[in-house]
Formats: sequence, structure tokens, C-alpha cells
Amino acid sequence: MIESFTDGLNELARYIIPALIFGIPLYAMAARRVKVYEVFVEGAKDGFTIAVRIIPYLVAILVAVGMFRASGALEVLLNLLAPFLNFIGFPPENLPLALMRPLSGSGSLGLLTDLVNEYGADSMQAKIGATMFGSSETTFYVLAVYFGSVGVMRSRHAVPAGLFADAVGAISAVYLCQWLLG
Amino acid sequence: MLNYIWMGMILIAVVVGTLTGRIDQVTQAAIDMAKLSVEIAIGLVGIMALWLGIMKIAEASGLIRIIAKLLRPITIRLFPDVPDDHPAIGSIVLNMSANMLGLGNAATPLGLKAMEELQELNPDKKTASNAMVMFLAINTSSVQLILPATVVALMGIVSSQIFITTILATLCSTIAAIVIVKVLEKTKWFALAPATEGAASGDEARSPDDGEGGDR
Repeated sequence: MIESFTDGLNELARYIIPALIFGIPLYAMAARRVKVYEVFVEGAKDGFTIAVRIIPYLVAILVAVGMFRASGALEVLLNLLAPFLNFIGFPPENLPLALMRPLSGSGSLGLLTDLVNEYGADSMQAKIGATMFGSSETTFYVLAVYFGSVGVMRSRHAVPAGLFADAVGAISAVYLCQWLLG
Repeated sequence: MLNYIWMGMILIAVVVGTLTGRIDQVTQAAIDMAKLSVEIAIGLVGIMALWLGIMKIAEASGLIRIIAKLLRPITIRLFPDVPDDHPAIGSIVLNMSANMLGLGNAATPLGLKAMEELQELNPDKKTASNAMVMFLAINTSSVQLILPATVVALMGIVSSQIFITTILATLCSTIAAIVIVKVLEKTKWFALAPATEGAASGDEARSPDDGEGGDR
């Protein structure tokens, strides 16, 4: 039952974008006599400026994240955290992904692929990994792009709050999978 | 905060890279990522234009206002500083819906639009407002109803098993995000008030977001 439900949702998802691109202008034109073509072009003009405006922020964050990843610092952190993780029952195989998730989307997808190849899609490690991946976003990327687009420099509690939520997400992914799929 | 994290990451990268003998990879990563950033941003131009165009039509037709009104009972608790029927609410709601449905491509332009509208309400353009931090925290903890296509591709039939765990995990992290933002925004380290330094001059800038204030 769950299977057909998820399949149905994913099937439905294929139609959402076309429905929006078609439905919104149709409503605007039919119900409100909006000049859809002119208004569309007017709005689309901002696409370039916003995309270009975020470049310096993206460079700053992605360069720092890339250097951090390449240096092997993640492995060092992993060794430091190992005793604590054993204590709370967090599987060590899933830690690299949990640490990578807020930093890099492509990096964490790579780690998830490794888990699936190494242990198989049906393994607990892969299920936990996929749940972690699907239930969280690349926090640093989102912060850099979103704040960068409006020129906000002082992010206040955004970083600690985002990382705290990521940690809660990762830990609940572990326990939920062990409890529901174990 | 970002200053320290940024400096810290680079410092750790160089120190650890030197110790592990991977300094060449660190250098290469810096150059590659700088290039990649521009590719990502330029790649966004077309998709941004598409969704900003559709959004403009939605705005002109009054759809955004209708959505904002419908969800006001929820959003007023999350964003008490944003006035009723402000377009920011509409954009925030649309961004969240896009995220829930796994429409990453649509979510970013809608989210940036929301940030722009929140920035209009922000008294200090260089500092994040409470509403911005709340929006980002909910956004990064990403309530998700549809699994990302990449996960489905990787996991195959097992995808339907992790569907429930993903929704529940994302629910946990989103609730955690909302609670921690509400707690942290009042602490002395993060509160908006310039109360800690130059309390006298800060009074006029203070009033708009003082918790139980009048804008409800």
C-alpha cells in the first residue's frame, strides 16, 4: 500500500511543473485579464542580476568547503567523534554523510552512492544514508546563496540553528530507520 | 559567525592538508570550486528567469495574495514581523511548497524572491532579520513529501521504505529548527537589539520586532 502511494506521489510530481507553468498564466489571463507575456518578460528580467549577484558569496563558501573537504579534515573529525558516536549508538559508516550533508550536495550524494555500492540498497547503512540525504539540505550553500542575493552580511543565529536542525535530522534518521525498518 | 566559520574552515584545511600531505589537493579544490561557483550561478540564470517570470504573473493575478491569506494562521506564528498579506508570505509559502514537492529548481528562485521581499521589511540591510533566519532554518531543514529523484534512482525499490522515514526525519529537523530559532533569537548573543553596545541610540530601531508587539 505504501508502495503504490509513493509511486502515485512521484507520478504526480512529474505533472506539477507543467501544471504550474500552464495553470498560473491561464488563471491570470482568464480571470484577471493580465497581459501574461509582457508580465512574464518583466519578471524574467531579474533572473540574470540575481544569479550574478550571488557569485561572490558562492565562491567564498564553496572554495572554503572544497578546501576543507580536500584536506582530509573530515576524517580527522570522524576519529575524534568516534567514541561519542559509539556511546549514542550512531553507526560510524553513516557519519561521513551526516557531516558532509550541510557542506556539499554533490559530496554527500557521492557518499550515499558509496554506501549503496558498498553495502547494497537494502542494507541499514544505505537506508539511513538515503533518509539523511533526503531529509536535509545543503545548509551552507543555501545560507550563502540566500543571504548573498540580498547582501546580508551578519547572519546572526542562522548558522547555529541550521546546524542544530541538521544534527537533529541526522540523529532522528538513524533512530527512525532502526526502529521502523530494523 | 560566518566570518569565524569561513576563516576556521580555511585554516583547518591548510593545517590538516599540510599535515596529511594533501596540500596539492587543497590548492586544486580552491581553484576548482571557484570555477564551479560561477558555473552554478550562470546555470541558474535561465531557471531563475523562468520562475521569476511565472511568479510575476502569479503576483499580478493576485494568486500570491490569496495563498498568503489562506496560510496566515500558520505564518503569523512563524513570521510575526511580516505584515498581513505582504507578498513575502506568498513567496515563502510557494518556496516551501516547491521544497516539499522536491522541485529544487523552482524552489531556489522562489526563495530568493522571498528573501528580496523580506529585505524590504528589514530595517538593517546588512543584518539578517528574525523572519529571514526563520525562513532559512525551515528551508534548510526542508520538509519533503517527494523523495529527491537522485535518491529514487540510487535506491530503486527500497525507495518506498525510506519514504516514511524521510518524512518523519524531516519533520523532526524542521520542528527542531523552528524551536531553536525562536529560542536563539532572544538570547543575548543573537538578539537584534543593539542593547549590549550603545543601548541609548538603539531604541528607535528596536521597536518593530519586539516580540509581542502591536503588528498582529
